[in-house]
Amino acid sequence: MEFTIANARLLDGSVVDVAIANGVISEIGNGLNVGKKVDATKNLMIPGLVDLHTHLREPGREDSETVATGSMAAAKGGFTAISAMANTFPVADTAGVVEQVYRLGQEAGFCDVFPIGAVTQGLAGKSLAELGAMANSKARVRIFSDDGKCVSDPLLMRRALEYVKTFNGIIAQHAQEPALTVDSQMNEGIVSSKLGLVGWPAVAEEAIIARDILLAEHVGSRLHICHLTTAGGVDLVRFAKARGINVTAEVTPHHLLLTDDLVSNYDPVFKVNPPLRTEKDVLALRKGLADGTIDIVGTDHAPHPNEDKDCEWQSAAFGMVGLETALSVVVKAMIDTKMMSWADLVDRMSIAPAKIAGYARHGQIIKVGAAANLTIIDTTANWVVDRNRLASKSKNTPFEGMQLPAKILHTFLNGKQVLKDGAIMNGGAIE
Amino acid sequence: MATVLDAGEIGRALKRIAHEIIEHNHGLENVVLLGIPTRGAFLGERIGAFLKEIQSPVPVGTLDITLHRDDLRMRPPRPLLPTLIPSGGIEGKHIVLVDDVLYSGRTIRAALDAIGEIGRPATVQLAVLVDRGHRQLPIRADYVGKNIPTAASESVKVSLEEIDGKDFVEIVAGA
Amino acid sequence: MNKHLLSINDLSEDEAFEILNTASELAKISDGPMKKLPTLRGRTVVNLFFEDSTRTRISFESAAKRLSADVINFSAKGSSVSKGESLKDTAQTLQAMGADAVVIRHGASGAAQRLADSGWISASVINAGDGTHEHPTQALLDAYTIRSKFPEFSKSFKGLRVAIVGDILHSRVARSNVLLLTKLGATVTLVAPPTLIPVGVVDWNVKVSYDLDSVLKDIDVLMMLRVQSERMANSFFPSEREYSRGYGLDITRLNSLNSNAIVMHPGPMNRGFEISAESADSHKSVVLAQVSNGVLIRMAVLYQLLGGAALTGEVSV
Repeated sequence: MEFTIANARLLDGSVVDVAIANGVISEIGNGLNVGKKVDATKNLMIPGLVDLHTHLREPGREDSETVATGSMAAAKGGFTAISAMANTFPVADTAGVVEQVYRLGQEAGFCDVFPIGAVTQGLAGKSLAELGAMANSKARVRIFSDDGKCVSDPLLMRRALEYVKTFNGIIAQHAQEPALTVDSQMNEGIVSSKLGLVGWPAVAEEAIIARDILLAEHVGSRLHICHLTTAGGVDLVRFAKARGINVTAEVTPHHLLLTDDLVSNYDPVFKVNPPLRTEKDVLALRKGLADGTIDIVGTDHAPHPNEDKDCEWQSAAFGMVGLETALSVVVKAMIDTKMMSWADLVDRMSIAPAKIAGYARHGQIIKVGAAANLTIIDTTANWVVDRNRLASKSKNTPFEGMQLPAKILHTFLNGKQVLKDGAIMNGGAIE
Repeated sequence: MATVLDAGEIGRALKRIAHEIIEHNHGLENVVLLGIPTRGAFLGERIGAFLKEIQSPVPVGTLDITLHRDDLRMRPPRPLLPTLIPSGGIEGKHIVLVDDVLYSGRTIRAALDAIGEIGRPATVQLAVLVDRGHRQLPIRADYVGKNIPTAASESVKVSLEEIDGKDFVEIVAGA
Repeated sequence: MNKHLLSINDLSEDEAFEILNTASELAKISDGPMKKLPTLRGRTVVNLFFEDSTRTRISFESAAKRLSADVINFSAKGSSVSKGESLKDTAQTLQAMGADAVVIRHGASGAAQRLADSGWISASVINAGDGTHEHPTQALLDAYTIRSKFPEFSKSFKGLRVAIVGDILHSRVARSNVLLLTKLGATVTLVAPPTLIPVGVVDWNVKVSYDLDSVLKDIDVLMMLRVQSERMANSFFPSEREYSRGYGLDITRLNSLNSNAIVMHPGPMNRGFEISAESADSHKSVVLAQVSNGVLIRMAVLYQLLGGAALTGEVSV
């Protein structure tokens, strides 16, 4: 399994050949000739992307996605590592389930799958799950989240934050005060009032963020805020970091680009939790990502079968797929608008998430000896999103028909090529 | 473009029609005029004025036939025009429909349908200012201002002072 | 004109007046000499009612039948039909039946738009009430009723002062009326406790007041909305008594209205709650006229949508 990726451009602007052998970068130079040649002329090479927020649906909802199909979608999107959220059926709240998901990821072999463990048993929000058992399992879980639901009981959140200090774990909170969001359908504001849909007010997210930031400070533990969506939330995270609180924050690609007026046609493809918000929020999130207040981009890839979206709004499921469009959407929202450079993007989508989660073989500077988890991108190409050509089993993308910048050409996972010229290598990687 | 009736000729034709109505009905008992909007309604008023002048007043109303047309599906929905059935109704009356141009006969067929919905007159008669031929249904006028043979590719344009500012009838090329 | 009537936004000011004028003409013929018209012979109108509403369904049914259309009534009580399947599968059955127009009432806001956009049917869709979003024919019949009582406003509602009182937040009648009345030029004031006013009202072209008594003397039309006492359970107001005292129409308030002012209510009324029995039955109340005008307006709408050549399918937002 040896490759030479020829004439690749690195972030520092240099154009080099990168040789891969035995799962690592073996040599960097010019005129190299090791193993199979991959022509990367005019293309950008970056460390493989890392997503700390994906829903793989297996076990339980294999009609929407499996670990295998989700991993393929990840590879297509240039991701070499993804963290799988725990809201499966059964819930990933035991060593058994997280080890199962971990093994399925290994067997599929398209990207590294790191299971996230639930904070509470059954996601019921009543009592802690066996966090220690999951941490010690083969899956080595370090990130815990009830995502899909909020850990709303303040006492339970405190205990969880304290408990994970044992193994330097993180509690990743889906911030949503349940009492303020009963039957909520979309962002509460001008559009929801016009459309007659029950609102999901920004304050329901911000109130929990404020509380958890203060808890994290009091307890001295690591807090991660999932999918930040409001200007107020960005301000709160900024305040927390200024105070030296150990909090990290994440934003999705769709919240960097889309606003709630898209809901005006009641098309459930735009139904997502937390909801699309206003122009003001989008701008604040972009500023926050650009200045580092928001540490990472997380896709919140949430596959749903057609039946769950091909109906009236109230009956539809919340969620959008995002692995395959993530990079391009971030380029459109942040690089095309000159708010970030490619180096910043690589930090937010690869280096920082790998560091937060402790994925040692990912998000590494490209140098000899580093693990060969790499993504090669044509930064000048445009492509049009076609739901029928997604690798994901589910097709609920809000970007259907949209032209996006930057095309992912090749993805290398631990030295194996899993994506070649934008196509998944069937049956696993080519040797 | 050719003028086939000027203001004077129109006036004389309508007056003659008024005389013919009185003659044909042996007086004006139970005669009711219903003009078909837009221009038929104005003509109905004029004939009614002549009848009053010559003999006695008769009830004059209007009958919009839009909802009874057989060609509705061929164009976007048309606005409805006013329908005013005189207070005496039409039951047992001699209705004289008044229209400006008789052509295919479909407008009159629709008017007959509309009348049929309202009630049962004793007779229905038809007065038109111009008969231009080319009937597509077995319909004929009882009182005609002028017979004007035309080609199907032509059209007859009736202008009335009440709405067009001047009285004249002309033939123009083009349907 | 648009192929569907999903929202008042689908109508321009001219198109709205066209419907009112058509209804006026129909009033003369259909209520009088010509009870039945052949205009929609051969067309099929389906009443697709997922929510119970005998009154509205009968109104649409009468309208369609008076124009000689064939009417099929389909009633699917939402609770017993599984989610998702209900709308799509039902719609595809209607297509097979050859429906030319589907009149839909549904508990989900946006259901009418989903039906129109979905591509499941080729019929015109008429929104007869979708969740808390809109009820366009109600607003049209309300405007028609107002016009019949105030002939000076027959070409424009500029100068007309309307107050809408009640559960604005959950009311599709309120939303449609606000859109139509302001489109035609009226000045609209919403009156309700703050809990029942939507946050987005800042974007609506209306005034807002929490004090009903201060508003009464300066209006021509008082439109009372139905308030569900179940809202008490979610703390929208503390008790029925307090709501009635603050926002109910009783005889004292009725008498403080201008002598020409009219009282409207879309029905069904909670007599004694948002409106006292005497107010509902007073000479100022035009509630019965609203009901009979409903049939005329719905005839006018059916004529505009189905009476001419097939309309294009663009849906406005």
